[in-house]
Amino acid sequence: MTPLLTTRGLSRSFGGLKAVDKVDFDVMPGEIRAVIGPNGAGKTTFVSLICGRIGADAGRIDFDGQDITDLPAYQRVRKGIAYTFQITSVFAKLSAYDNVALAVQRSMLDTPDARQSSKALRGKVMEALRRTGLEDRADAQAGTLSYGHQRLLEVAMGLALKPRLLILDEPTQGLSDAEIVDFIALIREIAKTATVLLIEHNMQVVMQLAHRVSVFEAGRMIADDTPDAIRENPVVQHAYLGDGPDE
Amino acid sequence: MSGAKAISLHVAVIILLFALNFLLPEYHHGVLARVMVFAVFAMGYALLFGYAGLLSLGHSMFFAAGMYGAALPVLHLGWSAPLAFVAGIAAGTALSLLIALLALRTTGVAFMIVTMMFAQVFYLAIIYFSPWTRGDEGFALDRQARIVDLGGNLVDLTNPTARYMIALLLFTIALFTMLRVVTSPFGRVLVAIRENEERTRMLGYNTFANKLVAVVVSGTVCAAAGAAYALLFGFAGAGFASVQYSILPLLWSLLGGAATTLGPALGALFMYYLVDITSGYTSAYLLFVGILLMLLVLFFPKGILGTARDRWARWLP
Repeated sequence: MTPLLTTRGLSRSFGGLKAVDKVDFDVMPGEIRAVIGPNGAGKTTFVSLICGRIGADAGRIDFDGQDITDLPAYQRVRKGIAYTFQITSVFAKLSAYDNVALAVQRSMLDTPDARQSSKALRGKVMEALRRTGLEDRADAQAGTLSYGHQRLLEVAMGLALKPRLLILDEPTQGLSDAEIVDFIALIREIAKTATVLLIEHNMQVVMQLAHRVSVFEAGRMIADDTPDAIRENPVVQHAYLGDGPDE
Repeated sequence: MSGAKAISLHVAVIILLFALNFLLPEYHHGVLARVMVFAVFAMGYALLFGYAGLLSLGHSMFFAAGMYGAALPVLHLGWSAPLAFVAGIAAGTALSLLIALLALRTTGVAFMIVTMMFAQVFYLAIIYFSPWTRGDEGFALDRQARIVDLGGNLVDLTNPTARYMIALLLFTIALFTMLRVVTSPFGRVLVAIRENEERTRMLGYNTFANKLVAVVVSGTVCAAAGAAYALLFGFAGAGFASVQYSILPLLWSLLGGAATTLGPALGALFMYYLVDITSGYTSAYLLFVGILLMLLVLFFPKGILGTARDRWARWLP
């Protein structure tokens, strides 16, 4: 099987800081991949390079066998790479419905056969809201939703893009334990139709969800293995897990 | 459904304006015809400013492009009014496309300054080419050129009723075009760009292309207003290209509610009468205009209709 996403020698510096340093990385289709590492290890920069929010200094990125290194972000989204933001950035003044509609109407443009009827749009928007359990809140202003619901709305927008690769940047940050349980179920559901790349601090979530785990430290990928192997890996324990079990 | 409510309101506004043609005394009848043309200018501006969130300080150039695009062919080439109107709109479209390609490389304050500078260049060019444009003094259009032959019927644009009805027709088209645009998926994208351009890009939108279309639509609507002004009121002058006419549509939009369809028109009407009435009492009328504007900003920060929407009527488009 060929990987859905590969990076080779991917690098990006900010001033003298090598935020991402010659990273070779492969994700197989259908996989749930977790990216972990201490704060400042370059995780967010790495996924930002993949989705095109920032440009690479060196190296290349291939998605589905195509070189996308020089494509602008919006074209990568159209190819099927969706990114949900670490800091919740839903459109606070728009309704939850409009937030998702923005994602849906964009993907509807790619299928010119499907009539651009407002009815079809509505159906697809409500479908995405239903999958994330937000259908009752369609008309609520996004900014007035609780934090957990805003995170779900962010995921609903990602889903509505019908991505082949969904990048979730710390999706469970700030969620309650009960919300996290629901979230894990939701991501399993999503993984049936999309490959998931997950930046996550919560090791419980990582161990439950990920097929493989990539560990970053100081811009380098220092390990890439199954969750169990990562747990036993002395280099990772030293660099990331430290003495305590969690931080 | 809120959409039906909104359409009813817009239709009611048009019917009211139509009825006013028969009810208003002569002076106010003339004022309203003028205000309707300015309202089209305001709507074109607000589409870009209120919805897409792009603050331009150079929209006088689009108004003036329409005005001179229509008036110069009449003056020098003897074109008829309908043809000149089309030429005015075409001039506005071409200019706004050019300006958009250049100015949209910037954002925020830089965009504001760049558009203002381009407008200043346009204004100075009109002065520079005074032999053709008659510069600051301007020129009146020949009465003969303003009598339009519409399938055998002669319509005299100097006739107040004809003038009012044509202004109303243009206003109606602009208002419903705006309503259609802002409630369309494209309108939703413009608002998204205003709220968070980066996020919009990460939903797969080419935000540059969307903003480009917004500037061109906005410039074209403003040019239509400028062309109509020249033909209906028979005058073109460099004053309309000055910075004052870039600031006016901004004030009209802010007053009435920049991100509403009816707000810019309401703002234009309000402001016109505010100046008209206060200047009748004192030469220091700008003082009163200023105080009133400050009060409005204090109590209606999103403009009259924008605040009304927040407080009472969420369905207002």
